[in-house]
Amino acid sequence: MAEIKLENLTKSYGDVEVLHHIEGDIKDGEFVVIVGPSGCGKSTLLRMVAGLEIVTSGEISINGAVVNDLEPADRDIAMVFQNYALYPHMTVRENMAYGLKIRKIPKDEINRRVNEVADILEIRDYLDRRPRQLSGGQRQRVAMGRAIVREPSVFLFDEPLSNLDAKLRVQMRLEIRKLQRRLGVTSIYVTHDQVEAMTLGDRLMVLNGGYVEQFGTPIELYERPATLFVAGFIGSPSMNFIPADIANGTVTLVNGVQLKTAVKSSRHVNLGIRPEHLTLDDAGVIKVKVDMLEQLGANTLIHGILQGATTPIVASLDGIQTAEIGSVLNFSVAPEILHLFDAETDKRI
Amino acid sequence: MVENRPIMTFITHLVLVLGVAMIALPIWITLVAASHDEVRMLQVPIPLWPGTHFVENLKQTLFGSGFSGDQTPVWRMMLNSLVMAMMISVGKISISLISAFAIVYFKFPFRMGFFWMIFITLMLPVEVRILPTFEVVANLGLLNSYWGLSIPLIASATATFMFRQVFLTIPDEMLESARIDGAGPMRFFWDILLPLSRTNIAALFVILFIYGWNQYLWPLLITTDTDMTTIVMSIKQMLESAEQTPQWNIIMMTAFLAMLPPILVVVGMQKLFVQGLTETDK
Repeated sequence: MAEIKLENLTKSYGDVEVLHHIEGDIKDGEFVVIVGPSGCGKSTLLRMVAGLEIVTSGEISINGAVVNDLEPADRDIAMVFQNYALYPHMTVRENMAYGLKIRKIPKDEINRRVNEVADILEIRDYLDRRPRQLSGGQRQRVAMGRAIVREPSVFLFDEPLSNLDAKLRVQMRLEIRKLQRRLGVTSIYVTHDQVEAMTLGDRLMVLNGGYVEQFGTPIELYERPATLFVAGFIGSPSMNFIPADIANGTVTLVNGVQLKTAVKSSRHVNLGIRPEHLTLDDAGVIKVKVDMLEQLGANTLIHGILQGATTPIVASLDGIQTAEIGSVLNFSVAPEILHLFDAETDKRI
Repeated sequence: MVENRPIMTFITHLVLVLGVAMIALPIWITLVAASHDEVRMLQVPIPLWPGTHFVENLKQTLFGSGFSGDQTPVWRMMLNSLVMAMMISVGKISISLISAFAIVYFKFPFRMGFFWMIFITLMLPVEVRILPTFEVVANLGLLNSYWGLSIPLIASATATFMFRQVFLTIPDEMLESARIDGAGPMRFFWDILLPLSRTNIAALFVILFIYGWNQYLWPLLITTDTDMTTIVMSIKQMLESAEQTPQWNIIMMTAFLAMLPPILVVVGMQKLFVQGLTETDK
């Protein structure tokens, strides 16, 4: 069990700084997901915690002890890699036991732990197989088993599900979550998939271009995104942004339509509206010319252009809806769920 | 390609059979000659079917005092060749493994410089540097010794380069996961790297064993003691003995014995050899 503290963490390759002043406290037993687009530095951050990358400046502490200069093996962590990194010449049992063997743990203790974990993960039947004889999902389980059997105080996951097919990914996602709850081990999980992030994480750290954009619970991120980037990144389909001006509690959209708001200051803004917050309403002021429909069964996505402007708009409506291509639909939105972002700083107002 | 054309099948098989015959015929002649007595071998035409003296010739060649009376028995030469070939192959493989390990997995100043220095020695095979090498070996007092026979042939850029390429194909995650498991560098080398390069080591062993076994020029230069003669050298020397008519049955038996160990190595390690050269999946 462990707390992790990241303090003013920076990483540079030569002159190029790729992570800038990362701060974050991870509580004991918490499941934190680091999420962001590719190249944002999320894997680098995880690898720094693992001890596989050198920390340029700042401090990483696990359970109050600074681990910057400790070898990965001495940090009491276990990591699950994207390509699993199982040793191909060892059986599943040997793979899981290898770390324990190095630690000179007695043989019967190793056997007991491997069997126990194999039962939890239901991989008992293929303990004597080699990794190449296993399917992707089974290898994934073995990789997790190898991490669990070490009984570390921190689990690190580096996009562990991205090599699996969609159905298996959803299933494994749930299993990882259940397992982590059951074991109560502090975990850091890196992914670029925001759905994975939302479902798994107690808290999400959204990284973009080496900066932490926001660090909060999934619902906080969804309801009160701190920046334009987080707003666009979290939620699917992603949020609509309409250039607008505010003055005296009124938002004037780019096409001249006016909406009410509680914000008093006046400036250029981007108005964010989630697709699922748009509702069909004959009296609605947001008029959208329909371009395309996507009928997904449970809901229908309407893609269109904001009338009188060139801004694309997506609306997500419940159930199966129909609309003629080229027709104009009227939408309304509740004023309390409008998101306003300063046009210059991209920060939430 | 799955085709069913009887004439093509016939022609391809014919070519294959002819090819096999061409290669096998000299070996057959060697075997046949090794099974006749001395007198028969001097008559024309040379025999094409085996005679009855094989075991007798084998005994005389292996344990007799050779054919001219004062020579080392062939078993001793085979032993010399075997020790030399083993020392060369094992030495080359170990040194190359370690140097490739250093070059791929450790960061030290002038790493690439060292790599290219090793690589450049490819341009300097034994034959080119034979005189200075002889001088060095002579000064070290290694003439007429197994060390003198093998050490100058051990340093190998080819094998270092090959292992470097093998190591580069092993994903970095393997190293990282071993580090997290707590394996130090040497542990990683023994537990992960060596088993993963197993087939490559076998393939290289086959090639190097034959290379070592077939060495001619270098052993000829540095061994003057007949006890250190290698079998490949001895065949040539047997032909050269001036006063006598060549004892073809013994010479052929020696040639046959000289061929045997490389064949055994190739046949024995065939499966690993092919895997080592073709396998890309790590």
